Amino acid sequence: MHSLSFDIAHMLAGSLVLVSFMQLYQDRLYALLNTFALHAFILAASVAWQAFVQDAPHLYLTAMIALVFKAIVIPVALHRIIVKLGIHREIETVVGVGPAMLLGMGLVALSMVVMLRVTAEADPLAREDLAFALSVVLLGLLMMVTRRNAVSQVIGFMSLENGLVLAATGAKGMPLVVEISVAFSVLIAFIVIGIFLFRIRERFDTVDVQALDKFRGERQ
Amino acid sequence: MIFDALTGVLLIPAVAAVLLAALPGYRLTARLNVVATFLTFATAVSLFIVEPVSGPYLLVDDLNRVFIVLTTFVSFTTSVFSASYIEHEIEIGRLKLTYVRFYHSMYQVMMFGMNLALVANNIGLMWVAIEMATLTTVLMVGIYRTHEALEAAWKYFILGSVGIALALFGTILVYMAAKPVIGEGLYAMVWTVLVTHAAKFDPALLNVAFVFLLLGYGTKVGLAPLHAWLPDAHAEGPTPISAVLSGLLLNVALYALLRFKMLLALNPAAIAPGPLMVTMGLISCVFAAFMLYRRRDIKRMFAYSSIEHMGIIVFAFGMGGPLANFAGLLHMTMHSLTKSAIFYAVGHISQVKGTQKIADISGLTVSNPVLGWGLVLGVVAIAGLPPLGIFMSEFLVVSSTFAREPWLVIILVFGILVGLSGLFLRLNTIAFGEPRGPTAPAQASYVPMFAHLAIVFTAGIYMPPALVSGFQNVARLLG
Repeated sequence: MHSLSFDIAHMLAGSLVLVSFMQLYQDRLYALLNTFALHAFILAASVAWQAFVQDAPHLYLTAMIALVFKAIVIPVALHRIIVKLGIHREIETVVGVGPAMLLGMGLVALSMVVMLRVTAEADPLAREDLAFALSVVLLGLLMMVTRRNAVSQVIGFMSLENGLVLAATGAKGMPLVVEISVAFSVLIAFIVIGIFLFRIRERFDTVDVQALDKFRGERQ
Repeated sequence: MIFDALTGVLLIPAVAAVLLAALPGYRLTARLNVVATFLTFATAVSLFIVEPVSGPYLLVDDLNRVFIVLTTFVSFTTSVFSASYIEHEIEIGRLKLTYVRFYHSMYQVMMFGMNLALVANNIGLMWVAIEMATLTTVLMVGIYRTHEALEAAWKYFILGSVGIALALFGTILVYMAAKPVIGEGLYAMVWTVLVTHAAKFDPALLNVAFVFLLLGYGTKVGLAPLHAWLPDAHAEGPTPISAVLSGLLLNVALYALLRFKMLLALNPAAIAPGPLMVTMGLISCVFAAFMLYRRRDIKRMFAYSSIEHMGIIVFAFGMGGPLANFAGLLHMTMHSLTKSAIFYAVGHISQVKGTQKIADISGLTVSNPVLGWGLVLGVVAIAGLPPLGIFMSEFLVVSSTFAREPWLVIILVFGILVGLSGLFLRLNTIAFGEPRGPTAPAQASYVPMFAHLAIVFTAGIYMPPALVSGFQNVARLLG
C-alpha cells in the first residue's frame, strides 16, 4: 500500500500536469500569467514536500526560489511588460482549443507509456514523478509551438522548466539541484529582461512589413 | 589549493573576464584579450606535459585534452583577428565603446564556459557550463542591436534553451539509471564513476536518456532538423563570434554527445547509439549541401557549410570503430581550423565591401589579392580538394565506411559533392571577374588566417607521428 507521503506527492505532481493543461487554453495574456503563477506555486509546494519526505533541507532552497522568483517576481514583471508593450488585449489563436487539448492528451499518454515502462524497477514515487515531469515538459513544448507571442512563449518555456525541476527533485539525492535551479533562474531573468529591453512582441517573424523585406538578407 | 594547469585553463579566463569588464579603452583591452587567450592556450598545452590530478568535479583525460587544446588555440587566433576586426567596427561606428568592453569580457566568459564544459567530470556541471557558454554567445550575437541581430539572438535563445532543457532531462535520466547501482549523491553524476559501472545500469532508462541527450545537445551541434538557429546566429553576430561558434561551440556540444555515446557503448543491453547519429549526420550533410545553393548572404552560406561538416563528423563518430573515429576526430580538427580561417577572411571582406550580400561582392582576387586568394584557399580546403587536410579526413571517413556500409557512403559522397559544387558556384563570382564596390585595401591581420590554412595544408601532406598516435589513442577510447 502507498503511504500518505506518496499520495500527497502524487497529488501535487498531478495538479502540476492539470495546470499545464489549463495553460493550454488560456487565450488572454493576463489569465495565462495567473495560471502560470499557480503552476509555480504548486511546484514550490511539491518541491517543499519532497524536501520534507526525503529529509533534504537544501531542496527547501529550490522551493523558495520557485515560490519567490517564479510565482511572484516573474509574473509581476511580465504583467508590467505586457502593459508597456500594449499587448494586454491580444488574443492568440494559432491552434484551436480542441486540437491543442487533444494533442496535449496524446503527449501525456505518450510520456506515461514511455516512462512507466522504462522505469519499472525504480521506486514508485520517483517513477511517477518522472512520468508527470515528462508530461509537464512536453506540454510546455506544445505551448511554445502553438503560441506566437514572445511573452506566452516564455511562459511556455518556464512551465517546461518547472517540469525539469520536478524531475530533478523527484530523483532522490540528485546533486547540484539547487545550482541547476539557480542557473535556470538566471536564464529566465535574461529572457525576461530581453523581452523588455528589445520589445520583442512576436517570435520568429515580425509585424513590421519593411523589416520583413530585408529579413535575413535572403529575400530580395 | 595548488595552482596546476587544470585550474589554470579555468582561472585565467575568469580573471581576464573581470579585468576586461573593468578596464577602459579598446586598444588595451583587445591586447589583454589576446594575452589572456594565449596564456590559456599555453596552459592547455602544458596539460600534455604534466598530468593533473582529476577529482569528482574536474577531469583531464586523452579525449578532452585534444578538445581543450583545439579550443584554446582557435580562441587565441580568433582574439588576434578580433582585435583588428573590432577596431574597424569602432571606426565605422557600428559598435559603441561600451559594448566593446562588454564584448571582450563576454569573450572570456565564453572561453571559461567552454573550458569548464570540456574539463567537467560531472555531467551536471557539464550541463551548467554549456548553458553558460550558450548564454554568452546569445548576448554576443545580438550585440549590434539591429532588428535582424536581435531576431537572430532571440531565435538562438529560444531554440538553444529548449535544447538545453531536453539535455537536462536526459542528464536527470542518466542519474536515475545510475542511482540504483552507485547509490545516491554526488558520485552518481561523476563521469569516471559512471563509466566503470555503466554495464550494470538499467538499459531501457539509458536508451530514453540518450534520445533526450541527442535531441538536446544535437540542437547545439546544429544537426538538421534542429539547426534553425545556426545560420541566423552566424550571419547577424560579429564575425569573430561566427568563427568561434562554428569552430568551437559546436565541437563542445559534440564532445558532450560523445561522452554519453561512450557511456551507452559500455552497456551491452542498451541500444547502439551509432545508427541514430549516422542518420542525423547524413540528413544534416545532404540537407545543408542543398541549402548552399541560393544563399545570398556570404556568412549564412558558410554557416550552412558548417552544418554540412558537423553532419559528416557526427556520421563518422556514429559509424564508430578506431578508423572512423580517427577520421571524425581529424575532420573535426580540420573543420575548426579551416572554417575559422574562412570566417576571418569573410569578416575582412565584408568590412572592405561594406556588405555581406554575395551579389555585391565580386572580383576579390583582383581588388584585394591577399584576402581574395586567402578565401579561395579556404574554400578549396573546406570543399575537400586534395592535398589539403579536409580531403585527408573526408577520404578516411569514406574509405573506412565503404567496407561496412557502401550504401551509406554513396549518400555521404553525394552530399559532399553537392556541397562542393555549391560552394564553387558562389566562389566563382566572389573571387573572380570584374571587381565591384569599394576596393580599399583591408586593414587586416592576415596572420591568423594563413596560420590556420598552413596547418591544414601541412596536415594534408604530413602528420607528425606523435599526433597520429595521440589521435589513434583517443579513437580507441571512443570505441
